[in-house]
Amino acid sequence: MFDFLVRRIAISIVTFLLITLIVFMGVRMIPGDPARVMAGTDADEAGLQEIRVKYGLTDPIPLQYARWLGLALQGDLGESIRTRESVVKIVAVKLPITVQLACFSLLIAVGIAIPAGVFSAVRRNTAWDLLANAISLCGVSVPSFWLGIMLILFLSVRFHLLPASGFVPFLQDPLANLQRMLMPSFVLGAALAAVLMRQTRNSMIEVMSANYIRTAYSKGLAEWVVIFRHALRNGLIPIVTILGLQMGALMGGAVVTEQIFVVPGFGRLIVEAVFTRDYPLVQGVVLITASTYVLINLLVDVSYSLLNPRIRVKGSSGES
Amino acid sequence: MSHDGEHVRPTDRQAPADADPAAPGIRSRRTWRRALRRPPAVAGAVVVILFAVMALAAPWLATSDPVQTSWGQIRKTPTLAHPFGTDDLGRDVYSRVVWGARTSMQAGVLSILLAICVGVPTGLVAGYYRRAVDQVIMRLTDAWLSFPFLILAIGLVTILGPSLMNATVAIGMAATPTYIRLTRGLVLATAQEDYVQSARALGGGDIRMMLRHILPNIFSALLVQATVSIPAAIIAEAILSFLGLGVQPPTPSWGTMLNTAQQFLETAPWMAWWPGLAIFFLALSFNLAGDGLRDFLDPKDY
Repeated sequence: MFDFLVRRIAISIVTFLLITLIVFMGVRMIPGDPARVMAGTDADEAGLQEIRVKYGLTDPIPLQYARWLGLALQGDLGESIRTRESVVKIVAVKLPITVQLACFSLLIAVGIAIPAGVFSAVRRNTAWDLLANAISLCGVSVPSFWLGIMLILFLSVRFHLLPASGFVPFLQDPLANLQRMLMPSFVLGAALAAVLMRQTRNSMIEVMSANYIRTAYSKGLAEWVVIFRHALRNGLIPIVTILGLQMGALMGGAVVTEQIFVVPGFGRLIVEAVFTRDYPLVQGVVLITASTYVLINLLVDVSYSLLNPRIRVKGSSGES
Repeated sequence: MSHDGEHVRPTDRQAPADADPAAPGIRSRRTWRRALRRPPAVAGAVVVILFAVMALAAPWLATSDPVQTSWGQIRKTPTLAHPFGTDDLGRDVYSRVVWGARTSMQAGVLSILLAICVGVPTGLVAGYYRRAVDQVIMRLTDAWLSFPFLILAIGLVTILGPSLMNATVAIGMAATPTYIRLTRGLVLATAQEDYVQSARALGGGDIRMMLRHILPNIFSALLVQATVSIPAAIIAEAILSFLGLGVQPPTPSWGTMLNTAQQFLETAPWMAWWPGLAIFFLALSFNLAGDGLRDFLDPKDY
């Protein structure tokens, strides 16, 4: 158990260090002189040299990396070229908005996918199952930004049911906040729901054929008791893993969703940063996203090594 | 990591099939019958082929020049002359959708081809040599996989600069680690098979082992993965173009068309219909065909 935890955490730390290396090298690969980017086009050679010395750009690359990493670990990701604000501070302002969006999407996705997947698995090969599968396949194939545009077209432009875009902080006006978050959350959640539903169905079909389920049935337990008390508990394990791995898609999806619905979160921030060539900001945002992903998946794995002894044993002796 | 297990499955079908030289006619007919038993998959494959034809024959299928602006024809509703209507610069939406197929297909297929060309050899090496090589490659792959697909593609486009070529490269690079992992897992499973072991005992060199004995046997699983990742790549290209980080105007692309369309939802909703439907149907067809192919190539299904 302890071995597994140490191993899993060690792997995450190695992954994190490699991420920082990739992000650092990535920004170094941008063509052009970073000093020129920071100073703007009208700086003279003396000014450029001053910036190079100030930011340590004349030092050897490994030293630059070590210094950058040291600062990053202390929560200093540099400052935005455009606004001169600290990157961490900018992100801290935007992040709660995206977290709210992500949480709502998760709720919607899980709320649709788990019941639909369980139902499909239990009523396998019926018309309902077929319909649920067809919807899920469409959900995987539909580009989320087009779904968003269509929702705006029908719900906002045609029938004026919901505001098309914008954001109101929850504490300022909870109702307006929810109204504006509904469509983006649905769009972001729909893609996730499609993937989750398929997994839930597969996982439940597998669990339902296990011996202990037959035993439970033959004890004379009601069907819903067997499904929810016995099957779902084990069936959910792989689904939580998938959910952790899907967090990346959720973060990527947030970029597009926020762009369509003009939600001023993390995703819009990165697109703006790319357009204004604000490299420190792009670097910071990408680093934070990737690290969050590693952390979430570490927590998922650890949390159920605590819950499920089988994974613990398999994980500690397993390869890779 | 523990997830490798789900990609691993026996792919030893090829050996017995190739060992049976008798009656090729009957076998191929049976293969066809097996394929035609899955109408949705066949329909998907047909639509994918139609889109490929559309991409190749765009110059002949388009009714007018996709970049020709016409100030007298701005945002006209669909008519016989312009079946999908015209856009904000008076361009024919139908012709732009047809030419957009070329952009999408090109980006989708080329990016996944790139991912395969880089990912499969790397995965082969990792799975075949194991030990330190494997550890180094897999840790790098884990790190690479930690960047959300789209965020990584956006980051790469920032470095490379926005264009169709760079978007394709970025999507390809973002899709590469999936192929490294998949190939490695398949190699680990295949290398244990008796026929590989016996080929090694006969003195096959490393390169020969990988190319002649392992690669052909993991090919079908890679093919299935490709049919799943091409629609994802097509959607990714559309997203990058939608964000303005992919294809640059005036080149027609479904993503850029939707970006413009979003500004005119109240006055010209048809501008948003067709490019989106095209992406949806193309992705859906690829997924249907891919699902069918997976079942078709599954040895358990014989």
